[in-house]
Amino acid sequence: MEFGFTTAAYVVAAVLFILSLGGLSGQESAKRAVWYGIVGMALAVAATLVGPGAGYWLLSILMIAGGGMIGYVVAQRVQMTEMPQLVAAMHSLVGLAAVFVGYIAHIELANVLAMPHGAGDALDGFAALLAHKTPVEQSILRVELFLGIFIGAVTFTGSVVAYGKLAGKVSSAATKLPGGHMLNAAAAIISVLCLIWYFNTGGFLPLFVMTLAAFFIGYHLIMGIGGADMPVVVSMLNSYSGWAAAAIGFSLGNDLLIVVGALVGSSGAILSYIMCKAMNRSFVSVILGGFGGETGPAMEIDGEQIAIDADGVATALEEADSVVIIPGYGMAVAQAQQNVAELTRRLRDKGKTVRFAIHPVAGRLPGHMNVLLAEAKVPYDIVLEMDEINDDFPETDVAIVIGSNDIVNPAAQEDPNSPIAGMPVLECWKAKQVFVSKRGQGTGYSGIENPLFFKENTRMFYGDAKASLDTLLTKIT
Amino acid sequence: MKIGVPKELFEGENRVAMTPESALMLQKLGYECVIETKAGLAAGFADKLYKDAGVEVVKTAAALWKAADIIAKVRQPNDTELKRLSADKTLISFFNPGGNEDGMEKAKKSGANVIAMEMVPRISRAQKMDALSSMANIAGYRAVIEAGNNFGRFFTGQVTAAGKVPPAKVLVVGAGVAGLAAIGTSTSLGAITYAFDVRPEVAEQVESMGAEFVYLDFEEDQADGAASGGYASVSSPEFREAQLAKFRELAPEVDIVITTALIPNREAPKLWLKDMIAAMKPGSVIVDLAAEKGGNAEGTVMDEKIVTDNGVTIVGYTDFPSRMAQQASSLYANNIRHMMTDLTPEKDGQINHDMEDDVIRGATVTYQGEITFPPPPPKVQAIAAKPKEVVPELTAEEKRAQEVAEFKAQTKQQVTLLAIGAVLLLGVGLVAPASFMQHFIVFVLSVFIGFQVIWNVAHSLHTPLMAVTNAISSIIILGALMQIGSSSFLVILLAALSIFMAGINIFGGFLVTRRMLAMFQKS
Repeated sequence: MEFGFTTAAYVVAAVLFILSLGGLSGQESAKRAVWYGIVGMALAVAATLVGPGAGYWLLSILMIAGGGMIGYVVAQRVQMTEMPQLVAAMHSLVGLAAVFVGYIAHIELANVLAMPHGAGDALDGFAALLAHKTPVEQSILRVELFLGIFIGAVTFTGSVVAYGKLAGKVSSAATKLPGGHMLNAAAAIISVLCLIWYFNTGGFLPLFVMTLAAFFIGYHLIMGIGGADMPVVVSMLNSYSGWAAAAIGFSLGNDLLIVVGALVGSSGAILSYIMCKAMNRSFVSVILGGFGGETGPAMEIDGEQIAIDADGVATALEEADSVVIIPGYGMAVAQAQQNVAELTRRLRDKGKTVRFAIHPVAGRLPGHMNVLLAEAKVPYDIVLEMDEINDDFPETDVAIVIGSNDIVNPAAQEDPNSPIAGMPVLECWKAKQVFVSKRGQGTGYSGIENPLFFKENTRMFYGDAKASLDTLLTKIT
Repeated sequence: MKIGVPKELFEGENRVAMTPESALMLQKLGYECVIETKAGLAAGFADKLYKDAGVEVVKTAAALWKAADIIAKVRQPNDTELKRLSADKTLISFFNPGGNEDGMEKAKKSGANVIAMEMVPRISRAQKMDALSSMANIAGYRAVIEAGNNFGRFFTGQVTAAGKVPPAKVLVVGAGVAGLAAIGTSTSLGAITYAFDVRPEVAEQVESMGAEFVYLDFEEDQADGAASGGYASVSSPEFREAQLAKFRELAPEVDIVITTALIPNREAPKLWLKDMIAAMKPGSVIVDLAAEKGGNAEGTVMDEKIVTDNGVTIVGYTDFPSRMAQQASSLYANNIRHMMTDLTPEKDGQINHDMEDDVIRGATVTYQGEITFPPPPPKVQAIAAKPKEVVPELTAEEKRAQEVAEFKAQTKQQVTLLAIGAVLLLGVGLVAPASFMQHFIVFVLSVFIGFQVIWNVAHSLHTPLMAVTNAISSIIILGALMQIGSSSFLVILLAALSIFMAGINIFGGFLVTRRMLAMFQKS
């Protein structure tokens, strides 16, 4: 089929992809936007199948269908609380695919170069493109290939580790091999040496050694990042998978790959930036792992944690006019979103104002809480962002903190020595009364003591979030 | 161990240090409770109520002092009571250690441990046993009621068929616990309430209670009240003059003045002078809560109510809490009960007098035959509120200038970035071949579009965004599709695998996004 047709289809697909991302600016337009993305993808795949270089249609379609079946089943079955794991797992697939595609391109390049001069005219598709390249272009091609494989490999192992951490299969604490970042640096230097080697020889070995080094970097880098930073990690890997696609696009000379790769890459980068900003931490310090060194003794906390039972909470809720609920990862862990939604429904039926306050880094994935609440059918117009609701806390009668800790930690504002000093937090302690639903007296994910629990207007509602809310729901009709 | 509560000997004292309710709590701590007969009668707690709560009632004070290991009282003990102390006993009571050297000597000689309730430090942890605050709260409330009792008019303004009733104007001097309680009571009765305090940081609390804070036209960095444990300190003569001038101005207007200004361990400052009293309207009322320390108003007579020549009533009672004995007793008994909880960490009915504990150390005035007053400063200070930074109001020109400067800075930043970008691009263009540049331009433009588009994505849709970008990043499938037509088996295998994985991603990603988005519903 004509090369021109494929290109035209690519242009349309690219526009559709851009519209698909742009449509996510609002909940309603987003529903349309997904269809743009689906159509764009279908168009791109179809156009490539009929375009130059493709072959073995049956095999290709079978593979897509087989993968599609698995994807379909996974998408139907996955629990909304498991979204972070799913996203991480999917990133690893993109990363590995990028590595494979890079290797294919390498093999093709080697094949074409091995051919006698002039024989290339008879070739088709990508091979033909390769055959017509000048030596300078071939060198550039090697660099692009190399980068694509490198980023793909880092994404692959990084995502696998992130998946393990999010799914609880690997300890979520930050762990490093002895040597720490020196090991990463060494692996990076090896990769650079391999690049020079590969650039000059075009052999298979440097590519392979680099892949191993990249695998190690991906693994070790993500192992060294603690659970609380996972939102940044996932969006960062998202970004990487995009850049890998873009690099492969360069080496294959395929503009659609470049466009989409760049879109995904910049999307992930912006998400990472937003997450970092929400935690008041620099991107570098997140990637290098762990909270910054001790800056000084934490402020003394005086007072005590006062417990309360379901009756007390129920009475306070009966009397309150305005309620703000602050969900966190604990709600996701306990699968308590349905109970939270039911509580919201009952309170709203009594004519009370119930709203949700979502911190940008609540949960383990950007926007994690919004999705969980949406699953439980909490209307999205009462789910507000931090900036929208922070000023309203002084007029709020009751604030309920369900399974969040660091994002409501007043130490971020009051204690300049706190590791999270300066991080924007939800100022729930300004509400007239605060209930904290929490499993026990322990500290949060980051291991920082939370003075909120010791405040005079705070009452601790101990127990598993779901069980606590179950008992609470029996008291509120 | 046994906790005993004797009948208060001080004349007119109606309170009692244990209520049937607090007795139940004390028994949970492992103590036995004893009470002197009729000790709670004046506060409305008959002996029977105590008996029902499991308290042993004994006939005489002597028997009680003998039976009990711990004695809880309200008023400072008199000589007879001090004589009954012995080395194995602990006394918990108001003690006035600052002005009761004699009593302290006697307690020391007896060897008993004495805890003075007024010495409980003002830190958050100790608030539940801060009897000064709980009693001051009652005094503040009662002061307003007492004022109303002596005031011949309504508090609230009314327009009735029989004529218009103007609202009463109340001035509360000193916005401590008692002052704030008075403000609350007075505003809820409907009076127009003003309040003054030397600590400007309480203005917010005053306003939150519905009163108007009286500001002085006075420039001075006033001592932060929180630095001295939440109490007021002595003000400079200039400040005092400014303050008195303001009061002079208010005196003809206000109908009721409630003064609560006290400085720890000092005579009460004279704030409401003779000329101000003279300027007040006949029928006005002054309630002087500082009467015990000499009074804030000139002419206050302790424990008495007097009427001046121009018809102003000055109430100098010092027993406001005792006038509401039932309420005061239950609060005070709770303070005692919390103190006992802290003294009994094991809940085994045995006192553990821990002199390392800030609160217990602070409140103890004699311990094992030694006078331990005054205590060292507590390790935990009351947290001082940081002074608010005042953002100066900007004039229109300044605002304009600021905007222009911001705009310039922004332009400068953008131009710099663009310039650097352009130079980099040109640099690449110089070395790279044309075919590469073609793709490179596409790449740069796409990154640019990506940045423009993604900034507009709603926060709540970040998870769907990730799922969608994840799905479309499987565009990598094209790379595999383009090459699967190769003759090499290895290539076909790798390509097939890539297609398979990307296939999972495409379907999984889009479907899960759709599932998520379908859940977002408007109410």
